[in-house]
Amino acid sequence: MDKSFGIVNDNMKKNRKYKSHNNIGNRISGTSNFFINLLFVFNCILCIAPILLIIVISLTDEKELLVYGYSFFPDKFSVKAYDYVFTAGDTIWRAYGVSILVTLVGTLLSVLVICFYAYPLSRQSFKYKNFFSFFAYFTMIFGGGLVPWYMVYTQLIPIKNTIWIMIVPYLMNAWYMMIMRTFFKTTIPESIIESAKIDGAGEFRTFFVIVLPLCKAGVATIALFCTLGYWNDWWLPLVFITDNKLYNIQYLMYQTLNSIQYLASGSAQFSESSKVLADLPTEGARMAIAVISIGPIIFAYPFFQKYFIKGLTIGAVKG
Amino acid sequence: MSKESNITVIKPNVNKGFLYEIKKNWALFVMLVPGVLILIINNYIPMFGIVISFKRYRFHGNFISSIIKSEWIGFKNFEFFFKTPYAFTITRNTILYNLMFIILGLIIPVAFAILLNEITNKRSAKVYQSLMFLPYFLSWIVVSYLAYSLFSIESGFINRGLLSAFGIEPVRWYFEPKYWPFILTFFQLWKYTGYNTVVYLAAISGLDTEYYEAAEIDGASKLQQIRFITIPLLRSVMVIMTLVAVGKIFNADFGLFYNVPRNSGQLYSVTDVIDTYVYRALRNTNNISMAAAAGTYQAIVGCITVFTSNFIVKKIDRDKALF
Repeated sequence: MDKSFGIVNDNMKKNRKYKSHNNIGNRISGTSNFFINLLFVFNCILCIAPILLIIVISLTDEKELLVYGYSFFPDKFSVKAYDYVFTAGDTIWRAYGVSILVTLVGTLLSVLVICFYAYPLSRQSFKYKNFFSFFAYFTMIFGGGLVPWYMVYTQLIPIKNTIWIMIVPYLMNAWYMMIMRTFFKTTIPESIIESAKIDGAGEFRTFFVIVLPLCKAGVATIALFCTLGYWNDWWLPLVFITDNKLYNIQYLMYQTLNSIQYLASGSAQFSESSKVLADLPTEGARMAIAVISIGPIIFAYPFFQKYFIKGLTIGAVKG
Repeated sequence: MSKESNITVIKPNVNKGFLYEIKKNWALFVMLVPGVLILIINNYIPMFGIVISFKRYRFHGNFISSIIKSEWIGFKNFEFFFKTPYAFTITRNTILYNLMFIILGLIIPVAFAILLNEITNKRSAKVYQSLMFLPYFLSWIVVSYLAYSLFSIESGFINRGLLSAFGIEPVRWYFEPKYWPFILTFFQLWKYTGYNTVVYLAAISGLDTEYYEAAEIDGASKLQQIRFITIPLLRSVMVIMTLVAVGKIFNADFGLFYNVPRNSGQLYSVTDVIDTYVYRALRNTNNISMAAAAGTYQAIVGCITVFTSNFIVKKIDRDKALF
């Protein structure tokens, strides 16, 4: 393709050359290149502008927000919202802590469960691999719906309103499992496992000492999928959590958007001063929490992007 | 020893059954246990829980005895559900929105991927890709914040910044259903276009360059190359992506339809989908059996769609079928 030309900037010169060669050159013209670039610049602005807007709002003076509304170019900036969030926001830090805990524990367990499930299925010599593949795959096609699922976690295994309800339902994921199985299959030749067996290593030892280290990239991909899933989850708390001590950051944001007073009432429990309540930078603080919740994602974005694309490419290979 | 274990597997051994297999590969079975347990709890028990939708569910001590002791009333719950005006509205909304998302989610990302691949400066192409991929990583709650900052009636950017600048009266966005099909479609595309573009871009970069070299020698223009090489070669990825989406046509993205319109009651006629309806029926009206019936209806119709679309694809091209 056009990659053979490498990265060249002066396409004008190149284009003239193509024209003289009866337009054989396998490259788009300068004008179309310009318009395509324009399209993508516009599209990128569309993607980034709303995020930028909440960042600006979180940095705008509260009075200005109340008088002039949300704007990309406010007259008066203020870091009061962040000041408030960092000093008085016990509720916020608690929720942040819940999110971090759930994400860490959830990702760790989830990666273990998924890899444990995927590994036997990747083994040619494992007789029931098709049965167990289908056992997982079927859950992607058919489900019982919300109500029976809700009943299971409230009545059969009552872990409603505990930290576990935000972890357990996402531990196993058929789609990630299949990506991991393909990864094992393509990276680990059966002969390595056989030779480990001859050397006297048990299955678990082989798995932890030989297989997993060879599949670091695959494990990292799955781990990032899980991390993102747990960090961004608001669905499980929405359905199962009523105890406000267990709100995670996403669910706290959900509550705050619905009633702006939520933040104030939450901190009033601890500070007990109604004066604080009156001049809280609630509008700004609300957006500040949203910005803080995106923080880790932006921070880890280069990794996320790299491994997501890798995961997508593996996932595209039908195993 | 290893050779032998291999041979025994290859040989069809009918006599040596499941127990023999467990004894030989016990470690592999142990590895499967956690995953199997989670799948049973999280997926298979709820599947059997579908019986709730055929019963008048009452709580009797625990889950299992409640299911057994609740009165069997056949299709009464379904009748009740389909007699409500919601049944039609939510089904229509779910299907129409998903159709829209499937069509636009195919055309725009494929076009973007092809164009992005043609950009001569690869570094700026990388930057575009990164910025467009970013929304995928934000939760629907964050997206609902973004929507709020734009559409808030008192202080939103559109009312206060844009409309007032042109002297237009502010719009009460969260109470006016007519705008929401566009707003919801916009945010769906906003969140997923980058992701889908990356998928197709990965597929394009995996294509064999020889086709293009040959076409170039034959004097094919760029447009001809796209039309006769790129798009036909991408077809299998497009078919699989679309098939997966069509299979899920009865499953709406709860986060989009619940959080972005902020569950505003005035908007239900255009924002309510099966998933949000079931959730609210379970939560607010506490009519568990009817909520279960709506959920069962969704699960069964959804399952039929998956099998049908898979069957069609199998007819066209065996290799591209999902199962």
